[in-house]
Amino acid sequence: MMESGPLTGPVPTDGTADGTHPRSAALSGVPAKPNPADAKGEIDGTFWRRFVFRRPLAALILQRLGLSVGLLFAVSLMIFGGIEALPGDFATTYLGQSATPQAVENIRKDLGLDKPWSERYLSWLGGAVQGDFGTSWASKNSVGEQIGKRLGNSLFLAFFAAIVSVPLAVGLGMLAVQFRNRLPDKIINVVSLAAISLPEFFVGYLLIMFFAVKFGVATFPATVYDSMSFTERLSAIALPVATLVLVVLAHMMRMTRAAILNVMSSAYVETAELKGLGMFRIIARHAAPNAVAPVINVIALNLAYLVVGVVVVEVVFVYPGMGQYMVDAVTVRDMPVVQACGLIFAAFYIFLNMAADIIAILANPRLRHPR
Amino acid sequence: MSDYKDYLTRQVMLGKMNRREFLGRAAAAGILASTAGTLFATSAEAQEPKRGGHLKLGLEGAAATDSKDPAKALSQFMFVVGRNWGDMLVESHPTTGAPVPALAESWEPSADASTWTFAIRKGVKFHDGKELTIDDVIKTLQRHTDEKSESGALGVMKSIKEIKADGDKLVLTLTEGNADLPLLLTDYHLIIQPNGGLDAPDAMIGTGPYKVASFEAGVRATFERNADDWRTDRGFVDSVELIAMNDATARIAALSSGQVHFINRVDPKTVNLLKKAPTVEILNTSGRGHYVFIMHANTAPFDNNDLRMALKYSMDRETMVQRILGGYGKVGNDFPINDTYALFPEGIEQRAYDPDKAAFHYKKSGHSGPVLLRTSDVAFPGAVDAAVLYQESAKKAGIEIEVKREPGDGYWTNVWNVQPFSTSYWGGRPTQDQMYSTAYLSTADWNDTRFLRPDFDKILLEARAELDEAKRKDMYRTMAMMVRDEGGLILPMFNDFVNASTKQVKGFVHDIGNDMSNGYVATRVWLDA
Repeated sequence: MMESGPLTGPVPTDGTADGTHPRSAALSGVPAKPNPADAKGEIDGTFWRRFVFRRPLAALILQRLGLSVGLLFAVSLMIFGGIEALPGDFATTYLGQSATPQAVENIRKDLGLDKPWSERYLSWLGGAVQGDFGTSWASKNSVGEQIGKRLGNSLFLAFFAAIVSVPLAVGLGMLAVQFRNRLPDKIINVVSLAAISLPEFFVGYLLIMFFAVKFGVATFPATVYDSMSFTERLSAIALPVATLVLVVLAHMMRMTRAAILNVMSSAYVETAELKGLGMFRIIARHAAPNAVAPVINVIALNLAYLVVGVVVVEVVFVYPGMGQYMVDAVTVRDMPVVQACGLIFAAFYIFLNMAADIIAILANPRLRHPR
Repeated sequence: MSDYKDYLTRQVMLGKMNRREFLGRAAAAGILASTAGTLFATSAEAQEPKRGGHLKLGLEGAAATDSKDPAKALSQFMFVVGRNWGDMLVESHPTTGAPVPALAESWEPSADASTWTFAIRKGVKFHDGKELTIDDVIKTLQRHTDEKSESGALGVMKSIKEIKADGDKLVLTLTEGNADLPLLLTDYHLIIQPNGGLDAPDAMIGTGPYKVASFEAGVRATFERNADDWRTDRGFVDSVELIAMNDATARIAALSSGQVHFINRVDPKTVNLLKKAPTVEILNTSGRGHYVFIMHANTAPFDNNDLRMALKYSMDRETMVQRILGGYGKVGNDFPINDTYALFPEGIEQRAYDPDKAAFHYKKSGHSGPVLLRTSDVAFPGAVDAAVLYQESAKKAGIEIEVKREPGDGYWTNVWNVQPFSTSYWGGRPTQDQMYSTAYLSTADWNDTRFLRPDFDKILLEARAELDEAKRKDMYRTMAMMVRDEGGLILPMFNDFVNASTKQVKGFVHDIGNDMSNGYVATRVWLDA
């Protein structure tokens, strides 16, 4: 603490505009101008700066975690506001055309829908921060328990789609670079572009038509349930996984190709070539690590899509995942379920983006230490 | 009728029903005793139901938000689930719609039809082994009628003033006479539960032919046969599996690849393609549901009967049935009753598309400018297409209709019964009285055509308590004419229920009551290996 004074000056404020540094500066904006009179603020600021300097990665993660809590809070407020803004409340939409005024009134009173929105939000928030997401208004089941099952299904599907598609995409991307502008590159490009141009439900229907109806080799519908064995589950998700792989493959593959090609035109790659290294070795050892940041970001986005954005595929293949669960809940304004689903989806996006940044920094040490 | 004959015949043949039982049921169903003799003679030739097997149904209409409480059952999926595990007091006859005994063995009205006494069947066991008592019945009916009720049957049960036991008989006292009371008790929400479901409304314990083995809302439900079923003429398969399939193409793919035996809601646009599949059979049943265009008869410009008539004559009903229903339906005549109802008023002239008459009434109404019609595909399948077709046919009469497409989300809350001219759908009701009481009585919550006619209300209440059928039929005729010629209802078509099964499925009973053999599909069919 005695040394804190001298250290404050030189360390953080070089004003570099590189890598992750601007982000940390933004967050530590308040302590960056320490008020000498306020001893506490100075110490905090100093400690934080030292921490940022010595352990930039840990600092980044801490910052991001703090930010994500705030983000999730904002998301919950937006979801709540969104549901409030939708026409009709749970009582009227759930009963639909068969609503009688008395039944609507009874449901409203039962769920406290007659109270002002701020009171309802706060009581929900009070439960949520203690980990209690309440019970579904419609089915009266615990939201946590139901989501656990649905989320497990979604992750199961996303995991297998990812372990097939990510290595395949990166591998094909490298292959395309190696055979740049030659036949393999062109084939890979055309096929992947075709796959990305078709809507996902159409790809799904095509697979169903050929593999389930015509040849009868695949399992359809892809409904999974508790009493199923692991291998039965795998066979059930084969078609949806294939669909998802086709949908996300092209995006990741093309980004890999573009990023590596970009690096390939740099001087050090030319040097490597002049040293007489083989083409594949240059790509794998020298070009790929430098191209990893944009590729990782695209992969993260696609993984997030695999978890939260596959409702159409779920419907087509009759797969009980999170997407369909949330859509059902939104349809009848089942607020506790929509909130919980929304928060989980937001958490996935935040987590995957954070992971992408961290991996990018790990892969490229220059990003770790701002000049 | 022949379906039900086959059905009864099967029971006789299986030795599940003696002659006396048969005659009782047949009489309730309106089959003459003389034809019953012939039936007994031919029954040996009828096809014998096979027991056993695992029946899989792919159904539209499930959601993760489905409630297991029968009082809150709304979706098609939960409708079938409830029929599998539970029984009502009364069932309706598949082809005549007459009340048929179920958990109530027999019933007797008072002279003015305002007090009804029901004898409850004895020796019936719930799935948990407890015996059905009069107390369970009373508690069930009370749960659906008290002021805290969230039941979907609340509207139906409104007229019941008092529910009590007289020894082992159930006595219902009504606010006014109602000759159709037994049919009201066929409502699919009114499943008799142990202690009325007050302890455990979600337990899915009933007296039905199948016990619930597993249930996951919006995904799947499985059932095992109830070995102690009080009836032996149903529940032929060993186990049933219902799979939620909300995507029409997924249902068709599952059926044509043989993964399921039965699907509901076949899209009329693709039914002709599905028909070509060699393993598939289309099961269409004419029903009481109808697709409607509704005008608020008390709101300008629709408060002018000439404009209403002009719009009624502008509707090309034949084209609607062909294009929107793919031919699977019948034309409507601007009143909500068709010949599947008891006491249907025959001989009312069919209203046809007539641009000249439409133009005549339109001119007389003095209206000018476009008429705004709101629609959405949630109103009924193909509602937006139907609105555009209507726009075309009205244009030939010189009437300009502006079609506004509304979001499906919240349509029933914000457009239907709120905006003066919109598209909508009505499911049928067990009786004419109930249909008119639900949507055409001045004080009805769902009077979506704002049909406010004290003279109509008076006839409706009189007809309700009238036990003389000839007089009643006459009254229904008067009411139909009033709605047809003066109301705000344009009813172009009654839709068929279109289901499909593999050829392995036998014994499907075409039931006018509701879709999927009135929900009883899994309890009535068997699998022919």
